[in-house]
Amino acid sequence: MLARLRAAVLLAWPSLALVGLVAIPFLLLVRISLAPPDPNGLWSAGISLAAYRGLMDRSFAAALLYSLGLAILVAAVGVCVGFPLTFFITRMRRGWQVLWLVFLLATLTLSDVLIAFSWQVMLSKRIGFANLLVTLGLMEQAASLTPSFGAVLGNLIYLVLPFTVLTLYPTLSQLAPELLEAAKTLGASPLVAFRTVIVPLTKRAAAVSFLISAVLTLGAYVAPVVLGRPRNWTMAVLIGNAALAGHNVPRASAMSVCLLIAALLLTGGTSWLARRRGSR
Amino acid sequence: MVVDHVSLTVPLGQFVCLLGPSGCGKTTLLRMIAGLDSPTTGRILMSGRDMTRTPAHERNFAMVFQALALFPFLNVEENIAFSLRLKGIGWRERRKRAHELLELIKLPDIGSRKIEQLSGGQRQRVAIARALAQEPALFLLDEPLSALDAQLREHMQIELRQLQQKLGITTVLVTHDQREAMTLADSVVVIAQGSVQQIGSPTEIYRRPSNRFVAGFIGRNNLLEVEVLDRRHVRLGSVVLAVAPIPAGVVSGEVVTLAIRPEELRVLPQGSQGGGTLPGHVSFVREIGERVELRIDCQGRELVGSVSPSDGAVACTGPVSVQFMPGAGTILTC
Repeated sequence: MLARLRAAVLLAWPSLALVGLVAIPFLLLVRISLAPPDPNGLWSAGISLAAYRGLMDRSFAAALLYSLGLAILVAAVGVCVGFPLTFFITRMRRGWQVLWLVFLLATLTLSDVLIAFSWQVMLSKRIGFANLLVTLGLMEQAASLTPSFGAVLGNLIYLVLPFTVLTLYPTLSQLAPELLEAAKTLGASPLVAFRTVIVPLTKRAAAVSFLISAVLTLGAYVAPVVLGRPRNWTMAVLIGNAALAGHNVPRASAMSVCLLIAALLLTGGTSWLARRRGSR
Repeated sequence: MVVDHVSLTVPLGQFVCLLGPSGCGKTTLLRMIAGLDSPTTGRILMSGRDMTRTPAHERNFAMVFQALALFPFLNVEENIAFSLRLKGIGWRERRKRAHELLELIKLPDIGSRKIEQLSGGQRQRVAIARALAQEPALFLLDEPLSALDAQLREHMQIELRQLQQKLGITTVLVTHDQREAMTLADSVVVIAQGSVQQIGSPTEIYRRPSNRFVAGFIGRNNLLEVEVLDRRHVRLGSVVLAVAPIPAGVVSGEVVTLAIRPEELRVLPQGSQGGGTLPGHVSFVREIGERVELRIDCQGRELVGSVSPSDGAVACTGPVSVQFMPGAGTILTC
């Protein structure tokens, strides 16, 4: 009995840590979002729905939908690009596979601040990409490609791609080639075999990959600030502005709670879609 | 090169086995027939039509893989009806056809089961039913029974043969198991190092091997260097043996190989007299069910003989006489 109790305590500490490090700050966030704002301090004592009432306008809804839409777009493009890339990697010889995975892991060690400023330089008028477009005849004369929505989108896709590949890799590397071949001998063209065999076998991994990318993008801060215009700013930037520039911590907290709910809805929706069986 | 100079005709409705050791190219040959691999040269014809560049999904050749490759995300019925769904056949018709095939494979009640809920033998049959659902022009099987235990494998061999005979479907099976090939095939194609060694009925392959490889690979054989004396006689050491007719082109004095099966040797008590008899000494005895296998040292050569378990006089180590049955064996020149 004592041994079982000791084992339970030993195994329970991660869940206790999770409660301490995640649940308590979240509850504090909810509490602050329900506090009246104090222009001279952080927040006042008491309970008020003023912060939530303040969010009931078109601009907030538009900003939330924009953030959600951007997250979905980045995650979708990330999976669409990451899937064939991962499939390609899994068909390589073992040594090349390891090299690719190490390379992708290495890109994760770079700070997103560093990456955003590198992109700013790369997309500037003088260096790199603009001149390449001029050489290819796609641009009349070199011009800076930032700030722009395209720069923000490209940078965020770049940031999520390693996560996409690393999430898809275990499933795709275990995909038996005989399954595709069996589908072919049963009359499926390569495209139909992909749709009827690869997609059902990998949809859960793809959903997880999509979710990770979407959640990471929902919290994106640096890329929209460095590479985008104010209209390209995400909820994370707006929350930061409300707290730091507007000194309205309850509003920032309420915005965070709304963003969290949006993330949970996105997670639930994606999981439901991934679990749904194919039609007959 | 994996497969080289293969010329093979599969008669309509026949069961052909590609038999050979691991890595001999038999699976590559089957995959080329299926359209999963492409030959660098040569042609594959189906009823006179060149199929060499036809993609696998347009050939209508069904294949059962060694790993079976059943789709884990579909249940048994959906697996069987997979090809019918691709053809756009309606749900009711698909279901009816799947049930007919489940009846055919004697598993009528497992349609709604998941693949992971099936035993090895059931999976085997479902894979066969899935392949047959598309009513293929050619049925290909790549060592489908190799993962089963011996008893189930034997049972499935008989079932597979009965099924093929019932449907009259042209079938090509790859195996390294000679017993399986002998049980199933109308015609056996022995392959080694990417080339065909011999094509013939199981009896022909067993009784009249065309070369040393086939003689050594199919069943147990004693391969002995002998000197040709005339059309019917050879000399083994000091003993003259009467053998099966010697192939044309072999001249007297030529050294050839005599392939003789253990059952074509008579193992007699020591001192037995008669033509074609050699003295020997049993060095090893092995019980193999209905027969007892003997390893006999005959003047420096090791021969494998067999006797009935009831023949206790010789079924133990000790001196014996070995008699070559007149007219037995095959003369091999390569």
